[in-house]
Amino acid sequence: MVYIIALLSVVFLGLAAVVVSRMAAVVKNTNGPVEEGRIGMSNRINGALFMIFFVVALIGAVWSFLYAKQFFLPEAASPHGRRTDFLFWLSMGIITVAFVVTNALLFIFAWLYQHKEGRRAAYYPENHKLELIWTVIPAVVMAVMVFTGWRAWRDIMAEAPENAQVFEIVGKQFNWIARYPGVDNNKLGSFNYKLIDNNNDTGIDYTDEASFDDFTSTSELHIPVNKPILLKIRARDVLHSVFIPHLRVKMDAVPGMPTRFQFTADKTTDEMRNITGNPNFGYEIACTEVCGQGHFSMRIRLIVEDEASWLAWCREQKPLLTSTPELASRIPANLKAKAAKYLPADAPAAPADSTTASTTQGGVSVASATLR
Amino acid sequence: MATVSANSATVAHAAEHDHHEPQSFWRTYIFSEDHKTIAKQYLISGIIWSIIGISLSVMFRLQLGFPNMKLDFLRPILGSWINETGKLDPDFYLALVTMHGTIMVFFVLTAGLSGTFSNFLIPLQVGARDMASGFLNMLSYWFFFLASMIMLGSLFIETGPASGGWVIYPPLSALPQAHKGSELGMTLWLISMALFIVSQLLGGINYITTVINLRTRGMSFSKLPLTIWAFFLTAVLGLISFPVLLSAALLLIFDRSFGTSFYLSEIYIKGEALPNVGGSPILFQHLFWFLGHPEVYIVLLPALGMTSEIIATNSRKPIFGYRAMIASMMGIAFLAFIVWAHHMFVTGMNPFLGSIFMFLTLIIAVPSAVKAFNYITTLWRGNIRFTPAMLFSIGLVSFFISGGLTGLILGNSALDIQLHDTYFVVAHFHLVMGAASAFGLLAGVYHWFPKMFGRMMNEKLGYVHFWLTFIGIYLVFFPMHYVGIAGFPRRYYAFTSYDFTKNIFADMNAFISLAAIFTFTAQWVFIYNFVHSLIKGRKATQNPWKSNTLEWTTPINPGHGNWPGEIPAVYRWPYDYSKPGAKDDFIPQNVPYSQTPESNLPHENELIGLEKEIEAQNLNDQFKQPH
Repeated sequence: MVYIIALLSVVFLGLAAVVVSRMAAVVKNTNGPVEEGRIGMSNRINGALFMIFFVVALIGAVWSFLYAKQFFLPEAASPHGRRTDFLFWLSMGIITVAFVVTNALLFIFAWLYQHKEGRRAAYYPENHKLELIWTVIPAVVMAVMVFTGWRAWRDIMAEAPENAQVFEIVGKQFNWIARYPGVDNNKLGSFNYKLIDNNNDTGIDYTDEASFDDFTSTSELHIPVNKPILLKIRARDVLHSVFIPHLRVKMDAVPGMPTRFQFTADKTTDEMRNITGNPNFGYEIACTEVCGQGHFSMRIRLIVEDEASWLAWCREQKPLLTSTPELASRIPANLKAKAAKYLPADAPAAPADSTTASTTQGGVSVASATLR
Repeated sequence: MATVSANSATVAHAAEHDHHEPQSFWRTYIFSEDHKTIAKQYLISGIIWSIIGISLSVMFRLQLGFPNMKLDFLRPILGSWINETGKLDPDFYLALVTMHGTIMVFFVLTAGLSGTFSNFLIPLQVGARDMASGFLNMLSYWFFFLASMIMLGSLFIETGPASGGWVIYPPLSALPQAHKGSELGMTLWLISMALFIVSQLLGGINYITTVINLRTRGMSFSKLPLTIWAFFLTAVLGLISFPVLLSAALLLIFDRSFGTSFYLSEIYIKGEALPNVGGSPILFQHLFWFLGHPEVYIVLLPALGMTSEIIATNSRKPIFGYRAMIASMMGIAFLAFIVWAHHMFVTGMNPFLGSIFMFLTLIIAVPSAVKAFNYITTLWRGNIRFTPAMLFSIGLVSFFISGGLTGLILGNSALDIQLHDTYFVVAHFHLVMGAASAFGLLAGVYHWFPKMFGRMMNEKLGYVHFWLTFIGIYLVFFPMHYVGIAGFPRRYYAFTSYDFTKNIFADMNAFISLAAIFTFTAQWVFIYNFVHSLIKGRKATQNPWKSNTLEWTTPINPGHGNWPGEIPAVYRWPYDYSKPGAKDDFIPQNVPYSQTPESNLPHENELIGLEKEIEAQNLNDQFKQPH
């Protein structure tokens, strides 16, 4: 490819040289005799160039397409992604046909009907039948495309099933924060942006007992494979947009208006490593709504694994309350007892119940988790 | 009878005006109320803006194509925006992208295109002495000039110009603490755009009034050239949609400066929770795109209108489906207002609303397809002269098709999920709206240069310019689709942070950048040709393209008032090219049917009786006699 660029640069330079030399010649002639209405060689050259351009461009388009194809629409790892990929290539096929045919007609007519001395153009101002045909055909094709697209859209945007596993992702300048519902109640606690501070960067509200076992991460989001996922999306400061290229997921993160996207990942990270042949493959989440200086590097890794190992990994994580006991002061008095098991023994305001403390330290032995 | 009395009135009127003194330099060239001078002012401003706008794009293409390049040589222009290591500042990268978009969309393709050709062609083609209000027209240009100066000034301030993308979505644009470009630069952007909108509204009111009220005798709407139809519908679009952008900008100014919460809610930034609640950033997007989408057609319709005229003239054929062209432009103009939310499929808007907008969006493809087919059929069995204007018009049709087709994919909300805000979108709109409209502008300049300046542009240089630009633009934007399909997001300073963009397409991006630089360089051929022809170009004849429309019945250098005597009356439609039986292959609009019995169609013979009636009316001549 480097050579191709070099080659093209040479061609451009050559063209530029030709232009400059032509320009000098042409400028000399500008004050020459005026030949009114003469249509000669230039017209034939321009007509021919349209045909040459068409042929060369078509070859170039096909060649470049074959070259670039390897990077197109990276392997989809979600069922809805494969569906939209199929629709994409179907639409692409339809528009490619239209693209080639209409451009061909345009350039061929330009070449074919170029000026000829003594010929007179046809006086052909309208043909209602023809106009009706080419209004109806695009309308019908369009209707088919819209209908298939609309059905896919409806299914993708449908309400998440009851058993969907919920996660939350919060965008801020310039990283993502993933929040997990915790292993005990598998429910995300409520939040309030006014509660955000250095210890609590997603504004978790500890007056809600569902918050106690929630934990967060700024480096990776672990999700189970083959299980419906409901990703709840919000932003802390400005607009962001969650983009998971391999899962065909994109949804804006809007401050003050939580959004969501439901999907199922059906290939684990390991499986994708095999499929792509890239041992270092990893899912990534990017930002696609300009959010300031660091917009281009808001990366967080996404790890898709089987449900058992995902659950095991979750159990190893410490709830935010455990790793940041200062937050316990925000718990209302009537819930303090329920929060106690998440707090280290010496934590302020926590009842010194040694048994609870020891179980939570391990974090694994809590069996009451109801994964719905 | 009526004609005679009208003439005597004219003579009396002329006597009154005999003591007219020549106007001062300032009134003739600077604060001129003459539509032709104002058009030239817009054209020159537009050309200067396009050089600036495209230069900015070359700078960020250098960053994208050659991320390791030392950009020290740009330091004389960009100063400390090039840091010590010779790298472009990431904040300024976003500023470049933003200003490129703002300048090209508003200052070049809206003001430079509509401002130039609506002003120049509406009075000349409908047969009017000038615009309905010369004073408002002058104000329109000078508001635009003021807006230009403020926007230009914002490029040079310490914190840099606005840089949240040309769509300036809040909260990023509303919070100075969120981004460097949201400080003074954003304030200046908003002030400049508010003035720009005032300018557009003053201009638009004038265009509409002139087309409705000042058409010459016999110039019914069904005889208007398609250029005028396009300018008319464009002005209507602008008049309805620009006020909405003004309101969006005003609310943003309130949010920025007066503590309101129209677009702000639940924000925690820089260690501080802001008090604003209840606003919605999505509201801004709705308001913005309610202008933003019609804006696409505000930019494109004039180009399509001029192309219709140029293609018919140079194919020596009537435009195919004149009425279908008008109907499809009206259809596009109407639909343009009810598709805006297709820019917002993945903003969290209700998915049901997304479905509705998908249906409406894909309907707009039908009138667009009809237009493309009509252009192609106009070429069929023509007798085509390839003037530079004709080449650019054919190029426009090609871009319009190529770029428009990918709109079918992006307008499909299910497919938009993956492609939204990737380079696929960038490629799409640059072809269909950017390149197509720019080609309309260039075609218009080549075609009407003789009428504007009384001289011809050099054709050979025009050919060279066309081929280099046409090839160059395809080389830039065709591969860009590939980058988009691979998932590359737009407005990224670098692609090194992600595995899915890290090691691929570096060569493709370098290629695109080279092609962009090549295309930019080719534009100097045009600039040279323009300036050189202005001074030394061959003198034009009265009707160099053998065209039918009224502007070619004026003197070679039309004076104030355009026609020295009476304004010609109009008897026929503007597309009587190669009419069977006629001596020449064109019959101008002001030739009555009674003079062309050899070529009249049966129903046209019946119209001969109406000619007396047409001549009798003289309601629309503001001055009766030119000043």
